[in-house]
Amino acid sequence: MSDTSSSRPSGFHRRAFIAGAAGSALVPLTARAAVQDAQAPVAQDPALPVDVTLRVNGQDKRLNLDARTTVLDALREHLKLTGSKKGCDHGQCGACTVLIGDRRVVSCLTLALAAEGQEITTIEGLATNDRLHPMQQAFVDNDAFQCGYCTPGQIMSAIACVKEGHAGSDADIREYMSGNICRCAAYPNIVAAVKQAATEIMKG
Amino acid sequence: MRSFSYQRATDPGMAVQALSADAAANNPLTQATAQPLAGGTTLIDLMKLDVMRPAAIVDINPLAQGWSAIEPGSGNLWLGALAKMSDVAAHEDIQRNYPVIADSLKLAASAQLRNMATLGGNVLQRTRCSYFRDVSYENCNKRNPGSGCAAMDGVNRMHAVLGTSEQCIATYPGDFAQALIALDATVEVTGRSGTRSMPFAELHKPPGNTPEIETSLQPGELISAFVIPGRWPRSVYLKARDRQSYEFALSSAAVALDVQDGTIRDARIALGGVATVPWRARETEALLKGRKFDDGLAQRAADAAFADAKGRRHNSFKIALGKRVVAHALQQAVTMEI
Repeated sequence: MSDTSSSRPSGFHRRAFIAGAAGSALVPLTARAAVQDAQAPVAQDPALPVDVTLRVNGQDKRLNLDARTTVLDALREHLKLTGSKKGCDHGQCGACTVLIGDRRVVSCLTLALAAEGQEITTIEGLATNDRLHPMQQAFVDNDAFQCGYCTPGQIMSAIACVKEGHAGSDADIREYMSGNICRCAAYPNIVAAVKQAATEIMKG
Repeated sequence: MRSFSYQRATDPGMAVQALSADAAANNPLTQATAQPLAGGTTLIDLMKLDVMRPAAIVDINPLAQGWSAIEPGSGNLWLGALAKMSDVAAHEDIQRNYPVIADSLKLAASAQLRNMATLGGNVLQRTRCSYFRDVSYENCNKRNPGSGCAAMDGVNRMHAVLGTSEQCIATYPGDFAQALIALDATVEVTGRSGTRSMPFAELHKPPGNTPEIETSLQPGELISAFVIPGRWPRSVYLKARDRQSYEFALSSAAVALDVQDGTIRDARIALGGVATVPWRARETEALLKGRKFDDGLAQRAADAAFADAKGRRHNSFKIALGKRVVAHALQQAVTMEI
């Protein structure tokens, strides 16, 4: 399956924006001069957007991305999959956790170009038809969130935690879920949710 | 983040070539124009902070097929530099015969980061010194050689008490490196003139007058493997930190012992969280060898490890803490069932 949705749905591009702004009558002369000066190094920028195909939740997505784009920004800004959250953007909070292959990773420190050819699974890819994934259902059943911002990352991380065999005890769950910070401190309920889902997932 | 060009290296020669681009410029390696990308957990983070500013990224992950093996042979343990921390930590042979290695990896970072980070990248991770990581501070001798050190009289609770210099007191943040240096590991390096080996102990350079130079790697060189001689089933990694999980060490100890009938025949001790580089505590080892273990010996050995320690305003507690960590780790290693 292929989706050729544009990576820049707004039709906006940094370079196009600069050129547009420089040509706008609303830009004061001083600013215009500054912008024109800035164009020279930009033109020599080695980082022209690159064509890349990301496989997200079983679908190939063709994108044209600046080399700096992380998987998180590709998902949120270019594919409009905003389930994965940007918390710290430095790999410290876990809100952006996705699966690449069967491994949980922080998508904010993963370059989109480096993820080409790998299967990316996000929170949007978990439910089948109208049925929630057992881990999603367990979070609902156990009231395992308050504000919910960390929840997609918690759920993606928890699914991998169970698959790795690290959900055998409360202590194990706490240790192996420590990369997902919950500012509301819903931790006891998160542990309960992971335990419930682990039992169901193991039953198959 | 500043813009950069991205390329994938599909064989080691290509990677070395791409990374040697500015060899003639003689930059410290950490400031070289081209930087290798493995797990990215340090590099991408520091690029977002504008601490690292490479113009080119060379993605070496395609080399993983040849460089990520975990081979516990009969004599030596061979670990490919692109093996993931999580895979090595979960390996049964390593848990059984090298618990100090498995635990140093398991107790580092988070499950997500251990899935991403490679062994080679892990030993090269940069300091967590907050003045180094925040470019709004001009004076950091590591970032801007000759600019001074804001940590010296700043908030230096997390900083080093061993191996410091007048120019830098930044702590080496890793855990796995302590296991490697304690076990006399060899590091295999691939560069322009092929592959060479050196003792792991020679990889990191103490700050001295050039804190910007962190390792003895030459331009274009990549770590390709680690080789650990012997087996150390009686070994532990003990890590004291502000949080129970997912935190850097305030003080840690890698301890590997060979004990027969209560007498210590061989001892390997390395310290983390307290030094500017992975730190081998040879005085401690010398004190232990050939002696019967008891609490008094553990205390004397722990004192010896910190005999040359130099605390500053906020980090002197690390000396007392570090001694307790060493003594406790020794007790754990002596009493563990193997």
